[in-house]
Amino acid sequence: MKPFKYLSPTTIEEAISFFGEHSQTSKYMAGGTDVIVKVKEGLMEPDFLISLKNIEEMSSLHKNEATGELFIGALVTHAVLEKSLMIQNQYPIIYDAVSNIGSLQVRNMGTIGGNLINAVPSADGAIPLIALDGVALLHGPDGERSCEVKDLFIAPYETILKPGEILKKITIPPQVPLTGSAYMKFGRRAAMELPLIGIGVLLTLDDDLKTCKKARICLGVAAPTPIRALKAEKFLTGKEINEEILIEAGNIAAEESKVRDSVRGQAWHRKEMIRVHVKRMGLKCLEIIKNGA
Amino acid sequence: MTTNISFLLNGDEITCDIQDHWTLLHLLREEMGLIGTKEGCGNGECGACTVIVDKLAVNSCLFLAIEADKKNIETIEGLASRDGSLHPLQQSFVDNGGIQCGFCSPGMIMSSKALLDENPDADQEEIKHALAGNICRCTGYIPIFESVEAAKKLVAENKGGQND
Repeated sequence: MKPFKYLSPTTIEEAISFFGEHSQTSKYMAGGTDVIVKVKEGLMEPDFLISLKNIEEMSSLHKNEATGELFIGALVTHAVLEKSLMIQNQYPIIYDAVSNIGSLQVRNMGTIGGNLINAVPSADGAIPLIALDGVALLHGPDGERSCEVKDLFIAPYETILKPGEILKKITIPPQVPLTGSAYMKFGRRAAMELPLIGIGVLLTLDDDLKTCKKARICLGVAAPTPIRALKAEKFLTGKEINEEILIEAGNIAAEESKVRDSVRGQAWHRKEMIRVHVKRMGLKCLEIIKNGA
Repeated sequence: MTTNISFLLNGDEITCDIQDHWTLLHLLREEMGLIGTKEGCGNGECGACTVIVDKLAVNSCLFLAIEADKKNIETIEGLASRDGSLHPLQQSFVDNGGIQCGFCSPGMIMSSKALLDENPDADQEEIKHALAGNICRCTGYIPIFESVEAAKKLVAENKGGQND
């Protein structure tokens, strides 16, 4: 591995200032599970590695019980999310997604912010946050700005972050009652494997426990970046949800996806899996809502 | 780019100079001669290099040595007692055929230790989930899961192992 100097700022401002001093030759690092691999392989050759691990305000996971907002610091590891009872009980879609990222060893180091910024098309970590209408707070040399998590991604491995900018935290707006959410990573094996396709579904029902008030269908590896199946979402909204309707939504989602052939799988297979799993995740959402109602 | 760090290694206080770009795996194996921890893929995919940092199992091939500063590190070398008697997990792997070629064993055992330290009653599913990042090419995994299962009782009784 090419030698570098390791810098360990304790505030975001300090990190940005370090970056400003050597912007051409600096890299930020969160958990390191992607960055260190890239440095080892020579895909990144920083002279200065700026670790964000000691920035305390980026490491907290908490819910404001008064407003119902959930705050996930970018440095929160997948393992912390996976082990949180609050996440398990109130945000099952996040649990579903993070509990199968990499391996336990990777999840103990890897962070949700790093997973987003790495911007792989599969982005297990991104799908639930998009489904939950998450908002990302960015902090850079020019100050703070925010954007919806779904708008973070431009292309594979490319985000809207400008040089020196840091993803600080993700805010999940309050969840409406009668909401269920679920994610399925579909692949050959669960651990140490990127998904062939990732399917996240969130449904909110009306008080009648039948009519769909809100639908989110988010897909990973279905396009160069994580996407929402907007046509399928629109189709579901206002309809009485049952298995037939979910099958139709799955068909619409499969057709509007931009799946392709890759080493991991064929486009037609991916489409079929979208069809099947949109329905299954939808049914799981209904089950979650009914168990909680 | 030399930095002085101090950390706890298997209960002993260590202070040493390291290079910023060294991984913890490099420090352990190449600088300190602790070759129990193995390097498999070097990319965090196989788990052979698993060590415990502040109670969490991590891939030491992706963990920078500099980040071990002020941390508590446990490696396979710290498991057996000073008199040579094996940690219950080690004994159980020997007794139940959890070891064949042995290359994955230190990582397997460290992952298992991190699991049982946190959750002594881990069930089969939890054991599989915790060991999913440790690749074994010999055993087919069944004897490994059986080894962890059999070690549970012994670990709970807190027999052997200086770090328990």
